[in-house]
Amino acid sequence: MAVARTRSVALIGVSGRSVEVEADVGNGLAGIHLIGLPDAALSEARERVRSAMVNSRYPWPDARITISLFPASLPKRGSQFDLSIAVAILGASGVVPAERIAEPFFLGELGLDGRLRPVRGVLPAILGAAEQGDATVVVPAANAAEAALVPDVKVVPVADLRQLVEWLRRGEAPPEPVPDAAPATTRVLDRPAVDLSDVVGQPVARRALEVSAAGGHNLWMLGPPGTGKTLLAERLPTLLPDLALDHALEVTAIHSVAGVLPPQSPMMNRPPFVGPHHTATAAAIIGGGSSVVRPGAVSLAHRGVLFLDEAPEFPRHVLDALRQPLESGQVTVSRSVGSVTFPARFILVLAANPCPCAQADDQGANCRCTSTIKRRYLGRLSGPLLDRVDMKVTVARSSRRELMADRQFVESSKTVAERVLVARERAAKRLAGTPWRTNAEIPSSLLHADYRPPDDAMKPMTSCLDAGTLSARGLDRVVRVAWTLADLAGKSHPGEDETAAALSFWLGVSA
Amino acid sequence: MATKNELGRQGEQLAVTYLEAKGMKILERNWRCRRGEIDVIAEDGPTLVVVEVKTRSGRSHGTALEAVRPHKLARLRVLAATWLATQSRGYETVRVDVVALERFAGAFALRHIRGVI
Repeated sequence: MAVARTRSVALIGVSGRSVEVEADVGNGLAGIHLIGLPDAALSEARERVRSAMVNSRYPWPDARITISLFPASLPKRGSQFDLSIAVAILGASGVVPAERIAEPFFLGELGLDGRLRPVRGVLPAILGAAEQGDATVVVPAANAAEAALVPDVKVVPVADLRQLVEWLRRGEAPPEPVPDAAPATTRVLDRPAVDLSDVVGQPVARRALEVSAAGGHNLWMLGPPGTGKTLLAERLPTLLPDLALDHALEVTAIHSVAGVLPPQSPMMNRPPFVGPHHTATAAAIIGGGSSVVRPGAVSLAHRGVLFLDEAPEFPRHVLDALRQPLESGQVTVSRSVGSVTFPARFILVLAANPCPCAQADDQGANCRCTSTIKRRYLGRLSGPLLDRVDMKVTVARSSRRELMADRQFVESSKTVAERVLVARERAAKRLAGTPWRTNAEIPSSLLHADYRPPDDAMKPMTSCLDAGTLSARGLDRVVRVAWTLADLAGKSHPGEDETAAALSFWLGVSA
Repeated sequence: MATKNELGRQGEQLAVTYLEAKGMKILERNWRCRRGEIDVIAEDGPTLVVVEVKTRSGRSHGTALEAVRPHKLARLRVLAATWLATQSRGYETVRVDVVALERFAGAFALRHIRGVI
């Protein structure tokens, strides 16, 4: 008959917050009461914990049990609190020493037979626990590999409740983590079996893809069907370098919260590629949900590529909802349960047909779309959205001769990826000491102070600014692309060649 | 059926003996009305005590204590009010207690929880 205290982690978006779990086993009618804003899954923990303890042959206290989750005002959800609740009750009823459970964090869902089941969001939860410093975290064995990705945290993988109690009773140091879970050796997404050399006849688009990969620039491809827009977009990830460790952890954390991590080797060290269908709702793209706010496609594409095929077919409000993440690199979803901010810094790739009928004739002989229909179709891509797209290219149908001629110029993804990597390293070196790594991330204020191209290089833009075809934001985007072109060319500063090329990429499609 | 009733009666007798030993004055046993039955009604100083006695022959179907559910307690509340309405005198406070008995190897283990609602 006593009080025992232990710790677990609640997830808010993709960040973990330490939660104290207290159990009071005291006088009163037998029963278990759970307080501290639990959701439905968490309320059912009472039944799971009870069965798990009884079936693991531990006494269930015939007394009034009160479980309190602190801070009480923070809504808690999910089944990952099962283990901490069970451990707190075991501590309060004297089965395990109370002082042994006060410090570690416990995460995991209990099966009715006492086995420990894997839960979502282990990685962000442990990152949250790590902020407390020198943390020990007990996780389900099935989540061990994911948990081991976090440095400086002692991870104790446990298969069932009996094993955990034995460990807590013996009072030994936690067992060493499974050695084969070293993050450096795991490679989840093997480079997909697609290659840039598959796409013949689109030299301009291939170049645009390379620039996009090198600087993290958004790209719009306009052209009739069958010219390789989708093929090109799918090959963009093959040009991108591996994610740095901190970025890989961010990406893995988001996928962990969404519950879509591959179980075997969980570290996502390749940039993700997300291509939502055009019937997707705003909640699916931006993130949402009524009680549990889940990351949407923009967050799953964080540090990777978000590809909207047939972009004009997307509802307009969905497309315009992309403006906030495109600008700030994060997205805030507000629901009745509270606001959650997810990271969402991605390369946006749009593909569009010139008109809804998309007849297979470039010259428009077979196309029956009137100019009004055409204008309305592409008009769904709003000006403010296109203003945020750095490069626009027209993908035209190639003749047989062009296809044959281009065959000798195609390069493999590996060759291009090497150039991209060199350019990215140049940019990273220039941006060392700042939180940014690619040219696309440089904020506008810095762009005009430290990273202003020489005056003569700015010449091509002045006439466009005067004519009003280039907005102030558009100018920023052109300058960023110019920097990337300079990085690819190995120049220390963008010259007039680079700015002129960047400007033509910006103006690109004149629809 | 007879065995079950026998066990219940045996438990109630033990509970009454226990409560009297604790200095309570037993007013009524097995008071019935249309809505149900109160096992024991007792006086603990100025307080009226309504007692639910639960007896189990073992733990194979759960403990005796947890067999008293919130629904049963709510009913006891109503019954207490019904009983009080038939009385001429009033009480300052009314309390609901549970006495749980479990049989282990012929002997009974008794637990008394005061003031459950």
